Amino acid sequence: MITLPIMDPTAPLWSPYLAGAGIGILLCFAMLLSNRPFGCGAAFTGVAGMIESLFKGKKQVEGKDYFKEFPLRVDWQWMFVLGIIIGAFISTLLSGTFQITWVPHTFATVFGDNPLIRLITAIIGGALVGVGARWCWGCPSSHGISGIPQLSLASFVAVACMFAVGIGAGLFIFRVLV
Amino acid sequence: MFENLYKNQQIQLVLGLLLGIGFGFFLQKGGVTSYDVIVGQLLLTDFTVLKLMLSAVIVGMIGLHIMKQFGWIKFHVFRGSIGSTVIGGCIFGLGFAILGFCPGTLAGAIGTGQMDALFGGAVGMLIGTGLFAHFYPAINKKFMDRGVFPVDTIPELLGIPSWIVVVVLVVLMSGFLYALEMLKL
Repeated sequence: MITLPIMDPTAPLWSPYLAGAGIGILLCFAMLLSNRPFGCGAAFTGVAGMIESLFKGKKQVEGKDYFKEFPLRVDWQWMFVLGIIIGAFISTLLSGTFQITWVPHTFATVFGDNPLIRLITAIIGGALVGVGARWCWGCPSSHGISGIPQLSLASFVAVACMFAVGIGAGLFIFRVLV
Repeated sequence: MFENLYKNQQIQLVLGLLLGIGFGFFLQKGGVTSYDVIVGQLLLTDFTVLKLMLSAVIVGMIGLHIMKQFGWIKFHVFRGSIGSTVIGGCIFGLGFAILGFCPGTLAGAIGTGQMDALFGGAVGMLIGTGLFAHFYPAINKKFMDRGVFPVDTIPELLGIPSWIVVVVLVVLMSGFLYALEMLKL
């Protein structure tokens, strides 16, 4: 394989245009070989359902309307999300930038470097992202990277809402609140 | 085009894993598995996220439409509504700003060693998606069918052929990226 200098796997970062183009090509392969757009949110629901069934029993969880519509089993999207974790890990291993961190830099400069505060914030934010991603049936990967190229109206509207509210809330939190 | 391949579940699981590995690799190399980069985008100080997303959209849009034209693939588009798309997107946006990741970049962040993504963000996502699944019947009944959109796609909405929309969007998005570079953002 020809490796261009700009595609050096040991470099910590590539141009976002190059990485983005690579993602666009991957999307084409996902649609061609798997007949599927990208998506990550539903896999989390599946894992949540699996965990719940450990406590309540599989029958009761599978009886819920949601899991009747989206059956509870290890599917393509679970493997896709697992792959993202592995792919990002490989990328940082190759560039030697893998590092265990607890509080991101931007967060620490504003809210301090107490990991507990960051964990609580991340759990609250994560719960809202989880509810929102299911509520509108998508996330920036599915609506943004997969739905907009298919010219889906719902995807354009969803991504506009995500970023408009995200930018508004971000500016409020980091520029007004503190 | 590959109907038999779609039916082979084992191969599909392997393909899902391989495509995920590629996606995670590109997300990390593109810089968007970092909380600082994503929050920088929401604060409009760092445009890496938009640069990566728009390049993926431009390449994907051209590729998908060519493959569709050849009859190789079918599109997966569904009808949105105010009650689902708008409300869900807004809840997501609020969480996006607080968490600093979306579900895909959260998975990538776990792979790069960001423990707040694993023990905070992922735990929160499990709680949120679990709650949604639990209350799905009520949410479905009260919200999802409110203000259903009249059409599925932009070309249907505007009443013009898809290829014109593709060309216009490619020009607009490329122009936007060019402007970002000119402004050194």
